[in-house]
Amino acid sequence: MNSFALADCSTVEAALSQLKDGAVVKAGGVDLLDRMKNGTDTPTRLINIRNISELRGIQSTPEGLTIGALTTLAEVADDPGVRSQYTVLSDACGQAATPHIRNMATLGGNLLQQLQCWYYRSPDFQCLRKGKEICFAFSGLNQYHAIMDYGGCPSVAPSSGAVALLALDASVELTSTAKGKRTVAIRDFYLHPDANPHRFHVMAADELLTSIHIPKPAPGTRSAYQKYGEKESHDWANADAGILLEMDGSLCRRAVVAMGAASPVVRRSREAEAALAGKPITPETARAAGQASMTGAMPLSMNAYKVQLFPVAIYRTILLAAGQMDRDPSAAG
Amino acid sequence: MSDPQRSPKEPPEATSTATTPPGISRRGFLKGAGITAAGTALLSGVQGLSREAVASTPKGVKEFGPEPFPVTLHINDKEHALQIEPRTTLADALRIQLNMTGTKISCDRGVCSSCTVLLDRMPVNSCMTLALDTVGHQITTIEGISANEQIHPVQAAFVRHDAMQCGFCTPGMVMSCVSLLEKNPHPTEADVRYAVSGNLCRCGTYPKVFAATLDAATQPASKA
Ligand SMILES: Cc1cc2nc3c(=O)[nH]c(=O)nc-3n(C[C@H](O)[C@H](O)[C@H](O)COP(=O)(O)OP(=O)(O)OC[C@H]3O[C@@H](n4cnc5c(N)ncnc54)[C@H](O)[C@@H]3O)c2cc1C
Ligand code: SF4
Ligand code: FES
Ligand code: FES
Repeated sequence: MNSFALADCSTVEAALSQLKDGAVVKAGGVDLLDRMKNGTDTPTRLINIRNISELRGIQSTPEGLTIGALTTLAEVADDPGVRSQYTVLSDACGQAATPHIRNMATLGGNLLQQLQCWYYRSPDFQCLRKGKEICFAFSGLNQYHAIMDYGGCPSVAPSSGAVALLALDASVELTSTAKGKRTVAIRDFYLHPDANPHRFHVMAADELLTSIHIPKPAPGTRSAYQKYGEKESHDWANADAGILLEMDGSLCRRAVVAMGAASPVVRRSREAEAALAGKPITPETARAAGQASMTGAMPLSMNAYKVQLFPVAIYRTILLAAGQMDRDPSAAG
Repeated sequence: MSDPQRSPKEPPEATSTATTPPGISRRGFLKGAGITAAGTALLSGVQGLSREAVASTPKGVKEFGPEPFPVTLHINDKEHALQIEPRTTLADALRIQLNMTGTKISCDRGVCSSCTVLLDRMPVNSCMTLALDTVGHQITTIEGISANEQIHPVQAAFVRHDAMQCGFCTPGMVMSCVSLLEKNPHPTEADVRYAVSGNLCRCGTYPKVFAATLDAATQPASKA
């Protein structure tokens, strides 16, 4: 790791005043230190926001839930209120990474973690995302890459938290000295690589992600997330599903099927959702939704297995959300 | 970008910013708001730093480095004075500067948990923790769990069950299990599996780790 200076900030105001001249924010540091140890990132000044206590904690409001950006994944996963009403989020935060990482990693940092593509993480490969014209994954090692909507960069959306928050229709609050606060829906927060290969999201350099807002789910809502990886907890998802079902008696009024590891930006499968809307949740409708989720899949040379894995992940997670199946022991967590 | 496998570009969704939902007070929304920080290492500001380490800067900002500066770390109930840089990880401070080499580094990336220590009695990866972030907090390492030359009941159970082979993952494994028993003195096997699910053991000692930890739970408790 290169040598750097560090500004330890105790308030949002103090941190915002330091956000200039290429200084880089550090929250839990799990993603940032990884990139610095790899040598892909070499900031000479870090802004430590980890000690800003006003950005930590979970608050229930009449509208829903407000979570401070520095709340750890473990705190979100273990919160009884989150678990009972926003299960898809406690599941996602409880299955991201390892138990020890979850004690360190923040929800804001989880949403802002950068791509896990191994070419991107290596200082030896300069690709599209680093200002060059080439992607090494299309003709190289791409078993963990995207199977749909990838455009010029098939590295997948890495954040489990973002999948859950997309399913919950959540938004993030961004704060800057110049413009104050603004709120951006998760569905509008991330940028597709073809929209701008050099930016991952719409947050500006002078902004901090300060909190996450989740609207209260409609009565009768049930939700769940499951992640399928190569290893139990040491790795990111190969397929994951964030499911939200608004039930009206035995019929599903509205369904949300969110996916992360399929594409560069977290996405909802409208086809899978249509396969559930207005129908009872049964193994048959859940299976049909899983199949429908792969509409438009264009796997790369080494990841056709994902086209089979995603439908199973979605099928099982729909039934889990509906209370018709136990949590899958072969899913991570 | 000239790969023939490339799919036609999907139209990117337009980016828009929603307006702030009504009724939520934005500023300091968490102040006094039932913060759920049970059992967490809430890092509430860096204290325990010598005066000269802190240059005078704007309110709410403390500047460190890049040059080395003196700090005091609270490790295993003792104060340790040492010089660190902002980039010094806790694992490096322990192993290189304090010669406490019981904590192992394998991946140095947060993947394997062989560097597990307890920070305010919560397990974390010392390789991904800056030493500076641990000033003012209680650090417990594998060297600190035995008292009066007596190994910890978890360590004793590891010996009885032969729960190690090469032993490189073992200190981290033991710390994860010690932490589990502190929080949950009567765990099920599923609880033990969960507690060590981030600890990578290439020798495959997991079944014996589970048995040892369940056995340790039946022994008289010893808290470091
Ligand atoms: C072994 C392993 C497995 C993992 N598996 C998963 C997984 O399955 N699913 C998953 O989702 N994640 C996984 N992760 C990633 C992990 O969850 C993230 O690295 C972590 O959540 C990052 O949070 P942090 O607080 O440490 O972020 P940091 O590293 O501190 O920050 C990440 C980035 O965001 C910026 N940043 C952080 N907070 C703010 C803020 N409030 N405002 C502005 N900028 C900010 C930083 O500048 C940095 O660029 C895994 C990690 C490891 C090591
Ligand atoms: S997949 Fe994306 S990040 Fe990876 S090499 Fe290609 S352009 Fe770079
Ligand atoms: S050495 Fe720290 S997690 Fe592997
Ligand atoms: S005993 Fe060898 S790695 Fe676990």
